[in-house]
This record gives sequence, C-alpha cells and structure tokens, in this order.
Amino acid sequence: KTAILVGSLTVFLLAVFVGFEVITKVPPTLHTPLMSGSNAISGITVVGAILTAGHSLGGFGAILGMLAVVLAMVNVVGGFLVTHRMLKMFKKR
Amino acid sequence: MTGSAPLLLAYLASSLLFILGLKQMSHPRSAVRGIVIASMGMLVAIVATLLDPQVAGYTYIVVGLIVGSALGAYLALSVEMTSMPQMVGLLNALGGGASTLVAWADLELSQNQTVDTLIAVGLSGLIGTVTFWGSLVAYAKLEEFKKFKKPFSLPMQPVINGALLLLALVFIGMLATADAGTGQTTSYVLILVVASVLGLFLVLPIGGADMPVVVSLMNSYSGLAGAATGFVIDNNALIIAGSLVGASGVILTQIMCKAMNRSLVNVLFGKMAGGSSGG
Repeated sequence: KTAILVGSLTVFLLAVFVGFEVITKVPPTLHTPLMSGSNAISGITVVGAILTAGHSLGGFGAILGMLAVVLAMVNVVGGFLVTHRMLKMFKKR
Repeated sequence: MTGSAPLLLAYLASSLLFILGLKQMSHPRSAVRGIVIASMGMLVAIVATLLDPQVAGYTYIVVGLIVGSALGAYLALSVEMTSMPQMVGLLNALGGGASTLVAWADLELSQNQTVDTLIAVGLSGLIGTVTFWGSLVAYAKLEEFKKFKKPFSLPMQPVINGALLLLALVFIGMLATADAGTGQTTSYVLILVVASVLGLFLVLPIGGADMPVVVSLMNSYSGLAGAATGFVIDNNALIIAGSLVGASGVILTQIMCKAMNRSLVNVLFGKMAGGSSGG
C-alpha cells in the first residue's frame, strides 16, 4: 500500500517539474488560449467521474458521479472548443 | 494503479499527448496543432475509461456525457469572442466542481478507504470547492454584474482566510479519522462549507482589472484538484494531467503578472497596504 502512495507521489512530483518546464517564454498573445487550453485539460477529472457514475453499487454515489460527468464534460468540450475558436482568430490576422 | 496493461498504457499515452499538446500550445506557430493533440489525449483517456471492466452500468455515464457535451458545445459556440475570459472562468468553475463531486461520490461508493485516500478526498473537496466559488466570482466580476463590481473585503481578511484554511484542514483530519458512513459524509460536507466561504473571500476583494490573473490562478487550482482526485481513484492520468496544469498554471500566472506589471502578492493582497506577508 505504501508503495502505491510513494509511486503516485513520484509521478506527481515529476509531472509538476514537467509542467514548470513546458511553459517557458510564452508570448502575451497566447496567455488566454493557453490558460483556456490547460483549463480544458484539467477536465481530465471526467475519468474519475465516469468510474463513479458507472460503479456497480449505484445509488447516491453514482448520481453524484453522473453530475460530475456533466460538469467535467462541459469543462472538456467547452474548453477545447473555446480554445480552438481563440486560436482560429490568430490565424486570420 | 490497478487495471489491465492496455488500459494503463492508454492512460500513459493520454498523459504524453497532454504534455506534447501543452508544449506546442505555448508557441504561436504550433498552437492550433497543440490543442488538437491535447484533445486527442482527452479522447484516448475517455474511451479507455469507458472500456474499463470496473464500469458496471452505462446509463448514468451516457446521460452525463451527452448532457455535458451538448451544454459545453452550446456555451463554447454561442459565446461572443469578447466574453472569452469569463467563459474560461465559468468552465473552470465547473471543472473544480466536478473534482469535488468525484471525491464525494468515491467516499459514498468505496468502503474501507485508507487514511491517505481519505486525506486525498478531503483535499480534492477543499481545492475543488475553492476553485468552484472563486472562479464563479471571477466570472461574475468579468461579466460586470453590478453587485460584484466593487471589491469587497472584511477587516483582517488574510487572517480570516488563514483561519478558514486551518479549519478546513482540521475537518480533513476529522474525515481521515472518522468511522465509515455518516461520520465521513458529515466531515466532507463541513469541508465543502468552509471551502465555499474561503473561495468567495479569496476573490471578492480583488478588482475586475486583475481578474485574468485570478482566472489563471484558479485554473492552476483546478488542475491540483484534479491531481488530488487522481490520488483518490489511484489513476496516473489524473495525477499527471492535474499536476501538469497545476504547475504550468502557476508559471503562466506569474508570467501574466509580469506582463501586467503587477506582482502576484500585490494582486492577491492588493487591498492590504504593506500587509503583503499576511495570509
């Protein structure tokens, strides 16, 4: 059990460093699309939402899960579409 | 992490697509390609989860997926280009809310959770709820709703916020040690109540002009909430994507502050002249 936790913490910390490294010298015009794009990525919590909504126990927990799927999917679909629209604007100019 | 090898590899592929996408998105020439790559990563993760043998019933999932996608597409396609920042704020609020709900759902569904999972549930609820209310206030300020126009703060606001955060941590401790069942649910709801007040208090004092920075910071929080949820359900895709967004969000917030010639501390505690070390 501790091995799992330590493994997860390792992955977490390494990904934090990758996150720091990935964003370097972003031009100000890309601030909003980048914010919006990473916002869409944070909708990854939809994975957890699907697992709880489809849980074999069902009941209150699964209903909470279904609500979570709705919220997370609005975040994902809305986030990617909004970002795409923003970036399309840049191309035209 | 549990699951079959193909499933775990799919999550790994999805994480790599997120990293690649984000990297490309930070350069003007490859930005459009970047967002496509990142959305592929999301598609891979969702399809993999749908094929997970743990999933026992699809009714709730399908309803949730259809309603959420339709609503998201409608919002994204109908919003004016000038209202994009507040739309990001609104979407971000929903992401935070989703993390809060997943952690709660997991609390109701899984028996015999270990102390570290319960702490992750508590953190997920705390960060998710702060993100939810904080982003909603940011949205309201950017939409220029009259009631939210004026910065609002109580005397000694940073001290109050600090006390609220401490209280939330105490409730997380309660959650981690409570007996399974109502004791856990009660502790979790208490965390949500305190986190809601804290989320409101964090953003209400900040003026409308600084809102883009706040939305960026809240975005970073929603990533961390997702990572905390990853610890709850023991899933690397959530941990990687969440911490990626969390960390890049902090950097992006700092870059934005510099571009606007503001310091982050100034934005967060702008009202407290000289009290920048508080909170």
